Amino acid sequence: MATQLEPDVHADEEAFRTEVQQFLATHFTDELKGSANALAGVDGPTDETPAQTKWREAVGERGWGTPTWPKEYGGGGLTKAQAKIVDQEFAKAGAYNPIGGMGVMMFGPTLLEYGNEKQKQEHIPPICRGEIRWCQGYSEPNAGSDLANLQTFAEDKGDHYIVNGQKTWTSGGQWADKCFAIVRTDKSDKHRGISFMLLDMEAPGVEVRPITMISGTSPFCETFFTDVKVPKENLVGEEGQGWTIGKRLLQHERTNISGGGRLASMMGQSLGDIAKKYGDTDAQGELADKVLRDRIADFEIRWNSFLLTARRAVEESKAQGGVSEISSVLKKLGTKLSQERSELLIEIRGLQGLGWEGDEFTKGELDAVRGWLFGKATTIYGGSTEIQNNIIAKRVLGMLDHQ
Amino acid sequence: MAVLNEEQEMLRDMARDWATNESPVAEFRKVRAAGEPQAYNTGAYATMAEMGWAGVIIPEAQGGSDFGFMSAGLVVEELGKTLTASPLVATTIAASAIILGGSDEQKAKWLSKLASGETVATLAVDEGAHHDPSAIEASVSGGKLSGKKAFVHEAHGADLFVVAAKDGLYLVEKGDGVSLTTRKLTDQRSHADVSFDGAAAEKLEGGGDTLLDDVLDRARVLAAAEMLGMAQQVFDTTLDYLKQRVQFNQVLATFQSLQHRMADLFADLAQMRSAVEAGLQAVDGGFGVARAATVAKAEANRVLHVISNQGIQLHGGIGMTDEYDIGFYVKRARVLEASWGSTSYLKDRFAKLGSY
Ligand SMILES: Cc1cc2nc3c(=O)[nH]c(=O)nc-3n(C[C@H](O)[C@H](O)[C@H](O)COP(=O)(O)OP(=O)(O)OC[C@H]3O[C@@H](n4cnc5c(N)ncnc54)[C@H](O)[C@@H]3O)c2cc1C
Repeated sequence: MATQLEPDVHADEEAFRTEVQQFLATHFTDELKGSANALAGVDGPTDETPAQTKWREAVGERGWGTPTWPKEYGGGGLTKAQAKIVDQEFAKAGAYNPIGGMGVMMFGPTLLEYGNEKQKQEHIPPICRGEIRWCQGYSEPNAGSDLANLQTFAEDKGDHYIVNGQKTWTSGGQWADKCFAIVRTDKSDKHRGISFMLLDMEAPGVEVRPITMISGTSPFCETFFTDVKVPKENLVGEEGQGWTIGKRLLQHERTNISGGGRLASMMGQSLGDIAKKYGDTDAQGELADKVLRDRIADFEIRWNSFLLTARRAVEESKAQGGVSEISSVLKKLGTKLSQERSELLIEIRGLQGLGWEGDEFTKGELDAVRGWLFGKATTIYGGSTEIQNNIIAKRVLGMLDHQ
Repeated sequence: MAVLNEEQEMLRDMARDWATNESPVAEFRKVRAAGEPQAYNTGAYATMAEMGWAGVIIPEAQGGSDFGFMSAGLVVEELGKTLTASPLVATTIAASAIILGGSDEQKAKWLSKLASGETVATLAVDEGAHHDPSAIEASVSGGKLSGKKAFVHEAHGADLFVVAAKDGLYLVEKGDGVSLTTRKLTDQRSHADVSFDGAAAEKLEGGGDTLLDDVLDRARVLAAAEMLGMAQQVFDTTLDYLKQRVQFNQVLATFQSLQHRMADLFADLAQMRSAVEAGLQAVDGGFGVARAATVAKAEANRVLHVISNQGIQLHGGIGMTDEYDIGFYVKRARVLEASWGSTSYLKDRFAKLGSY
C-alpha cells in the first residue's frame, strides 16, 4: 500500500512547492530582499514599510507564518512536510517570515493547548496575521527565578477581576497591545494560587516605564497595574491552573530561545571567514594567527554538535508530541554558545569590534557590539542557566533537593 | 596580596579612600553623560596629580616619588575599582618610555610636567584594530613623523604622544601635523585614530633595541592592574548581592551551585592577583619582565573576562540595566582585553618567549 501511495504524496508535495514558488514570485518583491521581520525582536517598535506591510498581509492571509497551526484559527493547516517546503522555498527566495513575536513563539501554542474555543477564535487569528503584539507579564521585582513568588493580585469581582501589582523586565511592553500574565488569585497557596490571564495594555490603570539596558536600548519595561479591570473571559484555563500553563509557555520560550533554527541562521557566517577579513592569512590562505584559528575551530566544532543535538531533540520531542524537558538542555547549551560566539567575534575584530557609535564602524560592527551586550540576557531570561541546571538535575535526572 | 611596605600601604589607602569617596562610579556616569571626547574630569586628574599619583614611577629629581611600578599598580587598581576615568595610566606608560629611553634633556623637559599633571601623555603603537607591534609602518625622516595610529587611548587630552615608528620611539607634541579622529568605543572613554603628517618628532635614543618591548610590557602590567581592580570590584559587588537577594525564601548565597561558582571565581581572582603583582614587581626588579608581563596580562584577560560575564549573570535581570554599574565593567574589560595584546596574542607570545 505504501508503495501505491508514495508517488501521489510526492506529486502533491511538488504541486504544493510550485504553489509556494508562485506565491513568492507574486508577493515577495525585490525591494523586500534583505529586510527582516520587524516583529521578531522585542527591541524596537514595529516600523514597517508599505511593502513590508503588504508582505505580512499576504503571508498572514495564507497562515503560512504559522504553517502548522490549525486552519480554523488562521494558521496554515499544513502538514510538517508542507511546512518544511514553505521554509525551504522562503529560504531559497531570501524571503523572511513576517509573522513573529511572542505571540507566535510562546503564547499561541500555549493558548491552542489550554484556551477555550472562544479564546482561540479571538486571539489566534490576529497572531497568525501578525496584527497583534503580545508581551509577557511574568517577572516581578521579587519573583525572578522564583517566579511562583509573584504578588500581583487579581481580585474576583464577580464578572471581572481587578488587578493590582507590578511586573518588571517586560520586554517590548511599551510596544505591545496585549499581555499574557500570571497573577495571584489566591494568597494561601504559592503555586495553586496562580492564574493565567490576558490583559489589554491599553486598559486604564496600565503604565509602562522603559528601562535602559547595557546595550543602550530601552526595550524592556517596568509595568504597573493599578485597579485594572480584566473581564473573566480573559482567564485562560481554570483559576489556579496558571502555574501549569505558565510553565508550559516557558518550555516554548526555551525551545525558541535556543531552538537551533533561529540561532543557526543568525550564526550562519563562519567565524573563520570573518577572521580572514579582519586578520592576516599565510601562504596557504589559512589564518596567520594560529592560536585564534585553534579557538575558532574549537568553537565551531562545539557549535556544530549543538545544532545536531538541537535537531535531534526537536525531532524526538515532536515525535513524542510537543515540547519537553529537553528544552532546558537546549536552552542552556544554545545560549552559552551564542554568547561565546559574540565574544570571539569581538576578539576577531579587535578594537574595531568594540565600537559604540560613529561612521568609522560599519553597521554590522556596531550591531554586533550591541548584540553582544544584549546577548548576555539570554542566559538570564526564560529561566536562567542555573535554573535550567536545577530542572535538569531534579526533573530529568531525578536528583533530590539538597536538605 | 603582596607584602607592602609602609609607603605602599599609605599610598594604597589614600587611593582607596579617594576613589571610594570622591570618585565612585557615579563620577564616571557624569563623565559619560557630559560626552566630551577627552572623557575625564580635568579637576579630578589635577587632584590625582597633586596627590603625587602621576609621578609614582618618576625619579625624585624630576618631581616624582620614584616608588616604582608596584606602587603605581596599587593606585591604578584602586581607580579601576570605581572606573575612574583619567589619563593616569596612559601618562605613566608614556613617562616610562621617557625614563627608559629619553636623553637628560628630554627627561628634564617632560618628566616634571608629567609628574605635576601639567602635561598629559600617551603611547601610540598599533596601526590597526589588533595589537601588533611587528607591523609598524609609521616612519620618520628629517625629524618629521608620518603614519597613522589606531585606537590611541586618552588621545584627546594628550599634549604629548610617544609614538612607535619603524626605527624606534619618538616624542611628538600635539600641534601641527597631528590630527585626531574620534573612535567611540563601548567603554565610553577617550580613543582616537591619530594621524601624523610630517609632525615634528624627537627620537628617544636610549633604552637599546628592546625599548618598545620594554615600554609595552609596562603598558601590559598597568592595564592588568586596572583590570585587577575591576575584577575585584565585580567580585565583591556580586558576592554582596548574592548575600542579600532572596529567591525561593532563601538568600541566593545559600545555593550550593552559586557557592561553588563563587569559590571558583575567588580562586581565579587569587591567581590573577598573583600574576598581576608579580608582573609589577618584575618591572621594578628588572628581571624576567617579558614573561611576567605576559603572564600578568594573559591572566588578567582570562579572569576578568569570566568574572565580568558572571557578574552580570549572577545579578540576573538587574545586571542588564544601564542604571546598575555592573555592565560598565564588562564594556571596559573588553577594551582593555584587546589593548596591548589579546588572549590569542599573549598565548602566542608566551610560547615564543619559551622558544616553542
Ligand atoms: C533582557 C531581558 C528580558 C526579559 N524579558 C522578560 C519579559 O518579557 N517578561 C518577563 O516576565 N520577564 C522578562 N525577563 C525577566 C527574566 O525572566 C528574569 O530576569 C529571570 O527570571 C531571572 O530573575 P531575576 O532577574 O530576578 O534574577 P534572580 O532570580 O535574582 O537571580 C539572580 C542570579 O541567581 C541565580 N539563581 C536564582 N535562583 C537560583 C537557584 N535556586 N539556584 C542557583 N542559582 C539561582 C540566577 O540564575 C541568577 O544568575 C527578562 C529579563 C531580561 C534580562
